[in-house]
Amino acid sequence: MNSQLNDDNAAVLVQDLTVAYKEKPVLWDIDLKIPKGVLLAIVGPNGAGKTTLLRSIMGLLKPAAGSVHIFGQSIKQQKHNIGYMPQRGNVDWDFPTNALDVVMMGRYGRLGWFKRPGKHEKKLALEALDRVGMANFADRQLNQLSGGQQQRVFLARALIQDAEIYFMDEPFVGVDAVTEKTIIQLLKELRNQSKTVVVVHHDLQTLTDYFDWVALLNVRQIASGPISDVLTDENLKLTYGGRSAFLTHNQSPQTEL
Amino acid sequence: MSIEQIYIIILACLVAGACSLCGVFLILRRLALISDAISHSVLLGIVLAFFLVQDLNSPLLILGATLTGVLTVYLIELLFSSKRLKKDASIGLVFPIFFAISIILINLFAGDIHLDQDAVLLGEIAFTPFRLLSLWGVTLGPISLWTMGIIFLLNCLFIGFFYKELKLTTFDPHLATMLGFFPVGLHYAFMTLVSITAVGAFESVGAILVVSLMIVPASSAYLLVNRLSHMLGLSVFFGILSALLGYALAYFADVSIAGSMAVMTGVIFLGAFIFSPSQGVLVKFFLFQKQRLLFATHMLLIQLLEHEGTQSENTENTISNLVYHMKWKLAFANNVVSHALEQGFINRDNDTLRLTSLGREKAKRVIVMDN
Amino acid sequence: MTEIISLNYTLIVVMIGAFILGITSGILSSFAVLRQQSLLGDVISHAALPGIAFAFLFFMTKHSLGLMIGAIISGWLGTFLVAMIVRYTTLTRDAAFGIVLSVFFGLGIVVLSYIQKLPSSEKAGLDSFLFGSASTILLSDIITMAIFASIIFIVIILFWKEFKLLSFDRHFMSSMGFPTERLDLMLTWLLVIGIVIGLQMVGVVLMSAMMIAPAAAARQWTSRLGVLVILAGFFGLISGGIGTLFSSYIPHLSTGPMIVISISVIMVFSLFFAPHRGVLWHWYKQREYQASIRANTMLVNMLLFSESATDPYHCHQLSALAAIGRGPAIKAMKELSNKGFVHNPKEDLWGLTPAGFNQAKRLQQSLDHDS
Repeated sequence: MNSQLNDDNAAVLVQDLTVAYKEKPVLWDIDLKIPKGVLLAIVGPNGAGKTTLLRSIMGLLKPAAGSVHIFGQSIKQQKHNIGYMPQRGNVDWDFPTNALDVVMMGRYGRLGWFKRPGKHEKKLALEALDRVGMANFADRQLNQLSGGQQQRVFLARALIQDAEIYFMDEPFVGVDAVTEKTIIQLLKELRNQSKTVVVVHHDLQTLTDYFDWVALLNVRQIASGPISDVLTDENLKLTYGGRSAFLTHNQSPQTEL
Repeated sequence: MSIEQIYIIILACLVAGACSLCGVFLILRRLALISDAISHSVLLGIVLAFFLVQDLNSPLLILGATLTGVLTVYLIELLFSSKRLKKDASIGLVFPIFFAISIILINLFAGDIHLDQDAVLLGEIAFTPFRLLSLWGVTLGPISLWTMGIIFLLNCLFIGFFYKELKLTTFDPHLATMLGFFPVGLHYAFMTLVSITAVGAFESVGAILVVSLMIVPASSAYLLVNRLSHMLGLSVFFGILSALLGYALAYFADVSIAGSMAVMTGVIFLGAFIFSPSQGVLVKFFLFQKQRLLFATHMLLIQLLEHEGTQSENTENTISNLVYHMKWKLAFANNVVSHALEQGFINRDNDTLRLTSLGREKAKRVIVMDN
Repeated sequence: MTEIISLNYTLIVVMIGAFILGITSGILSSFAVLRQQSLLGDVISHAALPGIAFAFLFFMTKHSLGLMIGAIISGWLGTFLVAMIVRYTTLTRDAAFGIVLSVFFGLGIVVLSYIQKLPSSEKAGLDSFLFGSASTILLSDIITMAIFASIIFIVIILFWKEFKLLSFDRHFMSSMGFPTERLDLMLTWLLVIGIVIGLQMVGVVLMSAMMIAPAAAARQWTSRLGVLVILAGFFGLISGGIGTLFSSYIPHLSTGPMIVISISVIMVFSLFFAPHRGVLWHWYKQREYQASIRANTMLVNMLLFSESATDPYHCHQLSALAAIGRGPAIKAMKELSNKGFVHNPKEDLWGLTPAGFNQAKRLQQSLDHDS
């Protein structure tokens, strides 16, 4: 753990977080400090609790114990500063809506209750679509878009939230190479603008190229910090409990735990 | 008890038995609402066949109705596969349309014969004894009894004969295809059986109550047993029990027989829902409490372990801190502490808690286990 | 003129009721179908029956507000039990639907049959809740309907964007801090109320169709939610009107089935004839597409032919071209001729024009690119 951080310049401060599902621990005693302005990946094997951690940080799940602070305040207070790109999944692709509409929905949080989106929101939505290279697809229905294009629309929806910290759950799954490039470029842009970006990532291979920080997770926290410090064989072994030979560039193949 | 009453009771049991048998596979194959759809739309077949032959007792009625039942299933699949409607909308559309058409036809052309719209919903089990079958001058008892008896037998035979195949195609359709069984063919054969059963039962208990006899006893059985064979047997038992209890209720309170039977299926289900040893609400409640306590105890032990020997030990390992840190209510925290004391995991010194060696071991094991 | 109006005062009242019913159903069906709650509507309408019956027993009068409140409570209780069954057991949602639907309905039938024996004269017309009856509607009923409908209207307009997002991506919505569970509950309540106000006219058995068909029809015409809802409301309105008209003028005809048939006709029409999604439209586009493929193939083939001759515009006999072409050659030729790509100087002789020649060359190049 990185002791150089004090709590008030942490974008996200997780303390003693324990989350259970049906009385079985999914996350146990997690301590995590994410500084501002980093591009951080949460990695771990299946069932490690990565998505659970993300959702708990965002306040979508109630923990059995522990606390989460965003910029030193509670999640509720910082709701307007959070942007979210959820896992691909439980959306009705056949819903009567187009790309522009989907992106505008990202502004509903700012609009609050009852207010309808207007010209301003439409403008913002077009800009967001343009940023992800989908400006020409504004009036397309979701089911007329490819997987990569859909992901970009959802990314635009997160961007339009105009947040200080962004949470993304496996944004690269099922996208083509071009889309993947677009997405990571945008994420790096955000980081360069001093935004904090927290991503649940599934692919160890691209870890070092894409991210600055990494948090290794397997129900309990293994390690977190800058990639150069944290991504050791030791830590990977602890996280994945198996061979990590494919990832090492200078060591001899490791034996199993 | 008159012979008529006995006839009615026997018929009710046959209906219940046949429906419950179907019902088991309906709920296992997630076709519960398709049975609802079929039981409504067979009416159209009955009505159209009736217009053709002008005879309420003709076997053609059963044929027509069965065909409509299968047609319904086919249409639902068609609508759904056209991608223009979702599955639930497809189901929810076809049968009201068929049903509406049949009601209109009845309204317009069937006037005041037997076939009136209330009967459609409620059946006329009470009239059963008076429609007798005579062959070669010998009165063989009510027609319905014979029809339903044959249908019940048909159900038993079908399930008995295709037991393996039904089991496999229900639980693993892919494997079934690979092994050379024909899930689709079996599916339609099964749907035909359901249609026939629905038609037979329809005449006795009407459209919606057929659904109750098909779905509810099987669901009750589902909550109680784990083996398919047991489920079939228990389902039939519950069905017949509902029929008998329902008849009793209807007799003594002088209310609708079919309705009472449906209510009884519900009562039995309620019993199963609450008292089931594996899934019942009661059981779940106790289990939940127990697990919660166990889990909290583990958390306590680990918390104590992690702060043991550190500077903050005396402030961290106190009950008051537990309340703050774990967000436990004081009463619950005390509960957990008592449990841990009982188990010999901790020692208590006013507000401070300390691990015993047993507790330490347990805490370490829990950490390893949870990884 | 005046006699038409005075004669038809009742009719006008009833028609207004039908319109209210139609619009409300249309609007609510949009959300029900999009949230895949089509069959929930079926459950709610069947579950409302015991509520109506008990309310009657309680008030001893066919007071529409009282009955409606009974229906709402009962309908809501049904959805609650469905949620309980799904939550606490491993039974699937459709099984839960079937259980609640049939048992509640059975209970309703039992209580109704009990009421039938009571000496109260008020009870007449309670039966109308089964299949709907335009003739038993009073002005007070219409007013009650109108009040409830207005509430539904206002709530939907107020929470329009919230309901939209809730239906589309609930998870994302809760990430923004919206209380999705409460919104969900609100929408379910609206559904219950909407169903209940329609029960008197359409009846319990068929109301579910009104909660599906208007939206299913409207969905075929538009891909924008706002337009969909308005269109569905419009379809509901017309079918309410037509159904009521028919059943008012033709004796013995129940209103419910007539309304359902009206909306079904609209829906089938939409399924076939709507642009872009309509089946017929789809077929037509397919054929157009295939025809243009044939024409292009023909063009390229003529180019190939001409390469063996010295004059690219040399004419060939149709039969020769048809031999290497595909499909009806003459149709393809006609199309090409219309576009100025071929000319036929004499009967049965066809040749490329300069424009056709260039077009064919271009097609050939793009074909080469693809392969």
